[in-house]
Amino acid sequence: MGEGGRLVEGLRAYRLIAGMWIRSTLAYRVSFVLTVVGGLLVTGLDFVAILLMFSQVDVLGGYTLPEVAFLYGLSATSFGLADLSIGSAGRLGSRVRDGTLDTLLVRPAPVLAQVAADRFALRRVARLIQGTLVLGYAWVALDVDWTPVKVALVPVMLVCGGLIFAAVFVAGAAFQFVAQDASEVQAAFTYGGQTLLQYPPTVFGTELVRGVTFVLPLAFVNWVPAAYVLGRPYPLGLPEWAAFAPPLVAVACCAVAGSAWRAGLRTYRSTGS
Amino acid sequence: MGSARLYATVAAGGFRRYATYRVATAAGVFTNTVFGLILVYTYLALWDERPHLGGYDQAQAVTYVWLGQALFATLAIQGGGFETELMERIRTGEVAIDLYRPADLQAWWLAGDLGRALFQLLGRGVLPFVFGALFFPTALPHDPVIWAAFAVTIGLAMVVSFGIRFLVALSGFWLMDGTGAVQVLMVTGMFFSGMALPLNAFPQPLGDIVTLLPWSALLQMPADVLMGRTDPLFAFVFQAGWAVVLLAVGRLVQGAATRRVVVQGG
Amino acid sequence: MSEGATVPESAFIEVDRVEKVFDVRRRTGFLQRELRRVRAVDAISFTVARGEMVGYIGPNGAGKSTTIKMLTGILTPSGGRLRVAGIDPSRERTRLAHRIGVVFGQRTTLWWDLPLIDSYRLMHRMYRIPDGRYRENLDRLVELLDLSALLEVPVRQLSLGQRMRGDIAAALLHDPEVLYLDEPTIGLDVVSKARVREFLRELNTERGTTVLLTTHDLQDIEQLCSRVMVIDHGRLVYDGALAGLHEAGESERTLVVDLERELPPVEVGEAARVVKVDGPRQWLAFPASESAAPLVARIAAEYPLVDLSVREPDIEAVIARMYQDRETARETVVQAPGNS
Repeated sequence: MGEGGRLVEGLRAYRLIAGMWIRSTLAYRVSFVLTVVGGLLVTGLDFVAILLMFSQVDVLGGYTLPEVAFLYGLSATSFGLADLSIGSAGRLGSRVRDGTLDTLLVRPAPVLAQVAADRFALRRVARLIQGTLVLGYAWVALDVDWTPVKVALVPVMLVCGGLIFAAVFVAGAAFQFVAQDASEVQAAFTYGGQTLLQYPPTVFGTELVRGVTFVLPLAFVNWVPAAYVLGRPYPLGLPEWAAFAPPLVAVACCAVAGSAWRAGLRTYRSTGS
Repeated sequence: MGSARLYATVAAGGFRRYATYRVATAAGVFTNTVFGLILVYTYLALWDERPHLGGYDQAQAVTYVWLGQALFATLAIQGGGFETELMERIRTGEVAIDLYRPADLQAWWLAGDLGRALFQLLGRGVLPFVFGALFFPTALPHDPVIWAAFAVTIGLAMVVSFGIRFLVALSGFWLMDGTGAVQVLMVTGMFFSGMALPLNAFPQPLGDIVTLLPWSALLQMPADVLMGRTDPLFAFVFQAGWAVVLLAVGRLVQGAATRRVVVQGG
Repeated sequence: MSEGATVPESAFIEVDRVEKVFDVRRRTGFLQRELRRVRAVDAISFTVARGEMVGYIGPNGAGKSTTIKMLTGILTPSGGRLRVAGIDPSRERTRLAHRIGVVFGQRTTLWWDLPLIDSYRLMHRMYRIPDGRYRENLDRLVELLDLSALLEVPVRQLSLGQRMRGDIAAALLHDPEVLYLDEPTIGLDVVSKARVREFLRELNTERGTTVLLTTHDLQDIEQLCSRVMVIDHGRLVYDGALAGLHEAGESERTLVVDLERELPPVEVGEAARVVKVDGPRQWLAFPASESAAPLVARIAAEYPLVDLSVREPDIEAVIARMYQDRETARETVVQAPGNS
């Protein structure tokens, strides 16, 4: 079976397993709605914190509230997409520890698809909804000349941002093949990355911005393309075309994460732990 | 008081249990450091824009950030201590066994959670704090008396934190699904403890209200004692007061829960 | 030389000098680690024909699970050649998955929080089982394993025995040609054990499914398997009929003689030794591989013999003896300097 065949098989298995979990979640509709509402409250809190900050100041790092809301909405929505679709992979370490990973390896489907779809948590749409709401607010409140290119860039950012975060999730899961208890390291990069991107790049030290641009290219989720939309100077004086680089960055991230995953799985299958 | 020995043993057990997870502890130190970094830069930008916001200067704001990261796991600000386990035991009915133990349910879990908190303070809290103090300008006192008072406030904060989470856990006796209660714990913990933004930087009158709530005994009180902004005696009285109230309410609820279990036979 | 040529035509599972080596790091001091190279499976060779039912036994850590994991494609062998239904398990794991069924006694392959039937529906789609076939198999398995009352129950609420039956059904929905069972009766009560065994016997005789099972319970073997493989310290120490295990274990049979009266222990030289005397009755141990006839003849000629009987050694004693004889560790110890 070629790579393409594997992808098709993986998506099919993913759809089957996730579908089963969604059906079982929706069997308890009231409970599900309450959980999502609760999730909206929890995920909305960090935006409330930003609102509180802006009750004391007019700009943060030179960005106004609608501009920060734009960054926040992009970051939260991209992250929400990745977390909803592949967040379950974060539990890989515990699957290795309790040996249940073996049961996935005897099924006729790619392991990553099974791990990602397992316990598919539809309640994670809360993050997605909340991010979209903030993005909607930013859209209304921003004073931006929305050219067709800028409008088109928004969905591109969301999809590519989702892929970049998904790559971080997968790489983090791959790391857990080696260090089973290290799921919190993954949290530092996923949840931490999401939090980082909610604030303007001008707030952070140059070293940190360099790190998240060239080493772990989270800056391409929103900072760089949003700078184009908002007409702001690019972080680190990147060239203008960098705003259109997210698709390339996303593909590269997925490729790296994919090889990390395969290497991790290979290690597991040769060591058994 | 032979029971003092028992609870000391339980506390030591709680400490050791968390100490065995070395990789998880290291991962936690890393995560708290990363979040500290993110938060410290946003605070610096905020205080750049509004110097003396909430009466803090920049160094104090920075100190507050790293203190928050040091105490995040220790005080289980977003949950993650004993309460998950207790709720599971309530859900499965195993709690009936705990109720028939010749030890007090509340004291038993308190001791274990204090052991956990102490380990997480030493294992997970110290390193991010030292990192912050090394690489950012902080406002730390030189007076050992203040450090001693600070240590007392942390101890009291641990008890208050337990008191809150004990109530959340006991809600499991009446609620079918604990998810909601845990979410409330996360929201309130994150927000009212001042983890997202120091309570003194909240706009008024919200700021005055949140300062009176028990959550301000967790992070805000130790921070203000450390940075000399609050009289330690006032902090002790405030924290101890909330600790007593929460533990007392916890006892009442525990009594009601016990009767419920006895009546229903588990 | 080509080992493959010697493999019989009907071989369904071919294992040819397969080995699995693990590097195990162990903390020996604050910063010191010891690196040990463990041969979990050491050049094992065997073949299993289609339709055979084989017991695979050995003490904990002998390499049973490692072998099963290599046969199912979970683990990649360190060396040797492995084929199941002509497929290299580690290279074509997903293709093989359609043709094998696996039951892990200790952990379930079912979805823990969902009703049993949900797991089956998912298997139906995941294994692309034709609808008619699925219905037919499900009905048959539900009936044979008595699952009808359990289908709507979440897996986590099932008892161990119920869950095991549920797991076995899940492993057979797609008509696998071979079924691997890792400790299928562990922790089950007597009734559940009997039911599982009866089902496996029927499965094997009626549908011709090849079965390979690891177990600690020798009754499983005695009641199900005509062939036994014993593994110890990663090596195959016995492969053959259950009956032959006795001789291979170099065990002893016991001759019980009743004499006319109480006498001093019988003297028959090297042929046997008296292990117990109780009044006129004496117990003599002699090698299981030897015939009892000359011994009986000699005693009858020299002593006032009233009655006698020969007792076969029980299988547990036999295997315990086999293990004892091979207690020598086959591990190379390498000291790794510094921290890991």
